[in-house]
Amino acid sequence: MKVALVGNPNSGKTSVFNQLTGLNQKVGNYPGITVDKKIGRLNGDKNISVLDLPGSYSIYPKSADEEVVTRVLTDRNNPNYPDLVVVIADISNLERNLLLFSQIHDLGLPTILALNMIDVAKRRSLEIDIDKLSELFRTQIVRLNARKGIGIKELKEKIRSFEFNGSLEPILEGEFDRNELLTIPPKTVQREFAEKRNRRVSQMVRFALRQHGEDIFSRNHRRVDKIMTHPVSGYLIFLGILFLMFQAIYAWAEWPMDLIDNVFLGLSRGVKQTLPAGVFTNLIAEGLIPGVGGVVIFIPQIALLFTFIFLMEETGYMARVVFIMDRLMRPFGLNGRSVVPLISGVACAIPAIMATRTIDNWKERMITIMVTPLMSCSARLPVYTLLIALIIPDMTVGVFNLKGLVLLGLYLAGLVAALLVAMIFKFMVKAKHKSFLIMELPLYKMPRWENLLVTVLEKVKVFVWEAGKVIVAISIILWVLASYGPVDRIDEAVNRIPKPVNELDISGYENKVAAARLSNSYIGIIGNAIEPVLRPLGYNWQIGIALITSFAAREVFVGSMATIYSVGENFQEGESLLKRMQNERNPNTGELVYNLASGVSLMIFYAFAMQCMSTLAIVLRETKSWKWPFIQMIYMTTLAYVAALITFQILK
Amino acid sequence: MTLDKLTKNRTATITHIRQNSIAPKLVEMGLYPGKRVTLLFKAPMGDPIALDIDGYTLSLRKEEASFVEVD
Ligand SMILES: Nc1nc2c(ncn2[C@@H]2O[C@H](COP(=O)(O)OP(=O)(O)OP(=O)(O)O)[C@@H](O)[C@H]2O)c(=O)[nH]1
Ligand SMILES: [Mg+2]
Repeated sequence: MKVALVGNPNSGKTSVFNQLTGLNQKVGNYPGITVDKKIGRLNGDKNISVLDLPGSYSIYPKSADEEVVTRVLTDRNNPNYPDLVVVIADISNLERNLLLFSQIHDLGLPTILALNMIDVAKRRSLEIDIDKLSELFRTQIVRLNARKGIGIKELKEKIRSFEFNGSLEPILEGEFDRNELLTIPPKTVQREFAEKRNRRVSQMVRFALRQHGEDIFSRNHRRVDKIMTHPVSGYLIFLGILFLMFQAIYAWAEWPMDLIDNVFLGLSRGVKQTLPAGVFTNLIAEGLIPGVGGVVIFIPQIALLFTFIFLMEETGYMARVVFIMDRLMRPFGLNGRSVVPLISGVACAIPAIMATRTIDNWKERMITIMVTPLMSCSARLPVYTLLIALIIPDMTVGVFNLKGLVLLGLYLAGLVAALLVAMIFKFMVKAKHKSFLIMELPLYKMPRWENLLVTVLEKVKVFVWEAGKVIVAISIILWVLASYGPVDRIDEAVNRIPKPVNELDISGYENKVAAARLSNSYIGIIGNAIEPVLRPLGYNWQIGIALITSFAAREVFVGSMATIYSVGENFQEGESLLKRMQNERNPNTGELVYNLASGVSLMIFYAFAMQCMSTLAIVLRETKSWKWPFIQMIYMTTLAYVAALITFQILK
Repeated sequence: MTLDKLTKNRTATITHIRQNSIAPKLVEMGLYPGKRVTLLFKAPMGDPIALDIDGYTLSLRKEEASFVEVD
């Protein structure tokens, strides 16, 4: 049997889904957390599949996430077409929730009505006559508190023993023909039926719902809202939260990061001591371990970022941010709802782009998708951190640490670029419909801490695993390409180096031979070939290689650097990647390779460049056209190149 | 009068929704003739606005609110 969970956004569908299946899908107090369908199996009954769906206000979809629901419920040939629909309704907001229920009922789908959030209803002094409601709406009813799992057992029982006794009399006559496929009627008809339906449902609810005394609970929430949306305190609180978020990833994450760093340094040293010396040991100790370490070290920062976003969503604050930012986003061709993808884009562009499904307006959604990858995601942090440590001196400006300021500047550069590019797209993309913002502001909620833990662990696991796989693979390929090359060419280059005449010259000679070998290896040949294009930006061929390998995933940068610098060079025992990069000089001019100009230019390049295959794949999936990811890659790469070029030419 | 002209903490009854492409959406969100709504608060710069409908908070832009006639 196939069971689908349907209901208004934020009514608790995913919470119920998690309870029924034992899975851990993302839950949050923001209308539009779930944007795609997800299938699970009923706990203890493998024959019953449970489908979680995005929230929907009506069977006539108004946005991309609502379309998913309509497609499943109205097409009998859809593989997910349910045998039973469990409508999850927020009991503290019954009338609007039952509008959707009545549509589904009238479509002829077998239903069970689950009234969720009984705890909230109680606190709002709402009393519901279940028998009456059940009789009026001709359906079985269960009461739930999906957060605590109350009523879940009863719901399971009802699902298992469900039997559909033919088509029931519709709640509102005349809207649907049960024998025919649903066609979406014109707006005037939709609206006419919605009004009729609302009146009918409202009449029926009046019989079953009673409010005892005043609703002090909602009143208190609205007091908080007045502060959160106030012209002064509203923006101050929002800026304060952003500042705290930044402070957290910059300062608080430092000591666990140092700890991880030391562990990996120790690991490298241990490997060097136990394995026989040689190129292979170098690959492991100087390439692979620092490469993987370069990702693992960011776990504290990524965990903090996801924690902040989780808390903003789960408390209900995110919806208020949308509310106060809408007016400010409009001139840029964006919508208040674009703020959610832009903020979550600071953690990762992939879920952020998925989150754009809740933006009703197609044009605003496309623009949001196009600019979200400009927000500095967590994969850029390793690059920024390494380069900042390399070139920015440890000093304070006023009360601020210069390194922290540079990092902040990079995040701001991403944001400003996103807004400006959005403005350009605003004039280029044609609007199909008028833009609007009609959104529920949910009640504030206390976050559930175990939920936070599960969500953040999951995100961290995905990040480390995905990035780790790519880094190990690329490190090995790079190492092979850097260790081998056309034999004649290497011999020729080595022979050209004058032989040492005395003992003192030997180490210098060895260094030169190693350098010649590297630059005539396969990787050196590729690197040298692209160097002319990158020289105006201040990069040498090693950086060029790191850029090429970063094309698929930018977090590979540190690992690539580590691998390239582990091959050939005769570095001192225990010298860190940072030291080696710091001492790297241009063999022709003798200048430091990583100086202020080239370093900042490189950071700017990484801030703007599209170096993430997974993001492009998601953009393709979400826009259903090759055009958008293609334009995105071209414009971001161009922007990155030009901005880096200008930066280097000014600073040098 | 239209809904966007409603002042803070005032309650009004909806009389009519003007024909418009987002009219169905407004009705589905619970704005239909006969319903009583209260203006709760406004975003900075007065737009969007937040309404109380049967104890739930709905936010919408002034432009959308201007399609809703109230008494
Ligand atoms: N107080 C209370 N909160 C609940 C209950 N059920 C769910 N919640 C909370 O309500 C919020 C929304 O829950 P979700 O399960 O994400 O709702 P959803 O229907 O899947 O939402 P969308 O995916 O956005 O459509 C979360 O903060 C939940 O923790 C309940 O019975 N009582
Ligand atoms: Mg959900």
